Amino acid sequence: MSLPPDTAALAAAALPPDAPVALAAVPSPTRLILRRGLRHTGFLIGAGILGLIVLAALAAPLIAPHDPYAQDVSRRLIPPVWQAKGTWEHVLGTDKLGRDYLSRLLYGGQISLLIGISAALISGLIGTVLGLCAGYFGGWVDSVVSYIVTTRLAMPVVLVALAMAALVGGSLKVVVLVLGFLLWDRFAVVTRAATQQIRNQDFVSAARAAGLTDLRIIRQEILPNIMNALIVVATLEMAHAILLEAALSFLGLGVQPPLPSWGLMIAEGKQYMFFQPWVITIPGVALLLLVLAINLLGDGLRDITAPEARN
Amino acid sequence: MLAFTFRRILVALAVALTVSVASFLLLHLSGDLATAIAGPEATGPQIAQIRQDYGLDQPLLTQFLTWGWRALHLDFGNSFYFRESVIDLLAARLPITLYLGIIALAVALFVAIPLGVVAAVKRDTWIDRTALAVSVLGQAMPSFWFGLTLILIFSVNLRWLPVSGNASWKNFVLPAIALGYYAMPAVMRLTRNGMLEVLASDYVRTARAKGLPPRKVLVRHALRNAVIPVIALSAVQFGFMLGGSIVIEAVFSLQGLGQLAWESIARNDFPVVQAIVLVLAMIYIGLTLAADLLNAFLDPRLRQS
Repeated sequence: MSLPPDTAALAAAALPPDAPVALAAVPSPTRLILRRGLRHTGFLIGAGILGLIVLAALAAPLIAPHDPYAQDVSRRLIPPVWQAKGTWEHVLGTDKLGRDYLSRLLYGGQISLLIGISAALISGLIGTVLGLCAGYFGGWVDSVVSYIVTTRLAMPVVLVALAMAALVGGSLKVVVLVLGFLLWDRFAVVTRAATQQIRNQDFVSAARAAGLTDLRIIRQEILPNIMNALIVVATLEMAHAILLEAALSFLGLGVQPPLPSWGLMIAEGKQYMFFQPWVITIPGVALLLLVLAINLLGDGLRDITAPEARN
Repeated sequence: MLAFTFRRILVALAVALTVSVASFLLLHLSGDLATAIAGPEATGPQIAQIRQDYGLDQPLLTQFLTWGWRALHLDFGNSFYFRESVIDLLAARLPITLYLGIIALAVALFVAIPLGVVAAVKRDTWIDRTALAVSVLGQAMPSFWFGLTLILIFSVNLRWLPVSGNASWKNFVLPAIALGYYAMPAVMRLTRNGMLEVLASDYVRTARAKGLPPRKVLVRHALRNAVIPVIALSAVQFGFMLGGSIVIEAVFSLQGLGQLAWESIARNDFPVVQAIVLVLAMIYIGLTLAADLLNAFLDPRLRQS
């Protein structure tokens, strides 16, 4: 196997500062990552699609052609513009209550992104703390954390999430909390493994010898070094949370009407799908694109920040 | 191996106990069960009566011990809704979900293993890249939407298969595909990586050097070894599928365990929900135990930790 061109640059970066010839050509790690990113097709596609969706969702109040909640029974189930009876006034058609589908789709993007990000943040916090403790302290702490992870994995996520959401009453906040408290397992597993790998390296031993407290070592030496791996897991869990929210809302126990959650839009369109298939195709494709973009971005980030972990 | 087996079984039992405590607590701490059972129109005295009838006024520990002791004897009490014993309900519904899960797993393996092998053999060609693209796409597809789309294509447009129900094997084809595709990417990638590793190994080179026909080397020497971790993964994926079948069963109106769980949740039928969570968790624990033991049996290095 031949070395990738980046390796030469990395090797050059490791040279002592009194090697002036190499210095001018050495890019900083940030630029190196940026350069690899610009060559990674999957990463670029993912970042592009995700960027568009985020922009569209954020700009929803400005670009949405109609009020996403405004009902008009005389304009029910108008097909999208590319079909024979479609109109430019409702580019993606209207739903069973005459609400503009494009506007609902744009606002629905906000919900998916909000839930994905918040759930990933909560589960990231829980999983990272557990993983750091397990990986850094080892011994019985490690055993206890591994045990907690095993137990969590044995619980059927969809079922437990549904049951909890039903008891508390489904709402956006409840969905975020339930998913946040259920999806931390991968964070814990990855953080634990990454921490174990660097726990005994020289710079950590040096910090320990210098008398730093465990908390400071974890914060200053370990956390920055596992950040890349954490970001990759965060993207995967974000995608996972978005899919689960859609499933919960589809089953009627997640985000509640009249909010335009994409999963809920599919549930509401289900009874009309035999004659108007686009009512489920449009929000379904939106979900597919969003999750695909996040996954491509995550896979790309892994390749870019840790090329040795490929395959 | 014996010591490892013993230790691993002990852990599985402990996890099973913890899961039962957790599923019990989750339902009891998420809200007031008595109010939920009574419904929105119940009065204070009615709620109090329900609390007493169902033993919800007892201390949590007493409630748990009573429930746990009965559960050990497969007595999960009576369904609030059906007025029959929970275990009978489960026994009627579980086979449908298991049947669905087995077909789904078969579909997944049948597609994913050949795809992984071809992707590894034709590494970095368009076949490899297509296989990868399919797996990335598969992971991004919401399963319920995929299921509905399958119905639109194969039941409505082509009229090949029934829309819903569980009358014949035809009813299981689409749900099995919708459930099974979810496990495909993981199986495909694991097969591909395993094959890449094995194909680069000395014994495969030796087999080739001996002049064995390529097909024989591929199946007898390479695939046989590469497929071992896939078997273990399949066991775990099967467990996930049983848990995930709740969404698919809802889409296809299959009267399995998942559908029962969903309806019971909507009806506040907690004994049923609790029992299903427990049964699914126990199946998962059993499957991972089997997978771990199988792995350890095949690879002695794993027995150390």
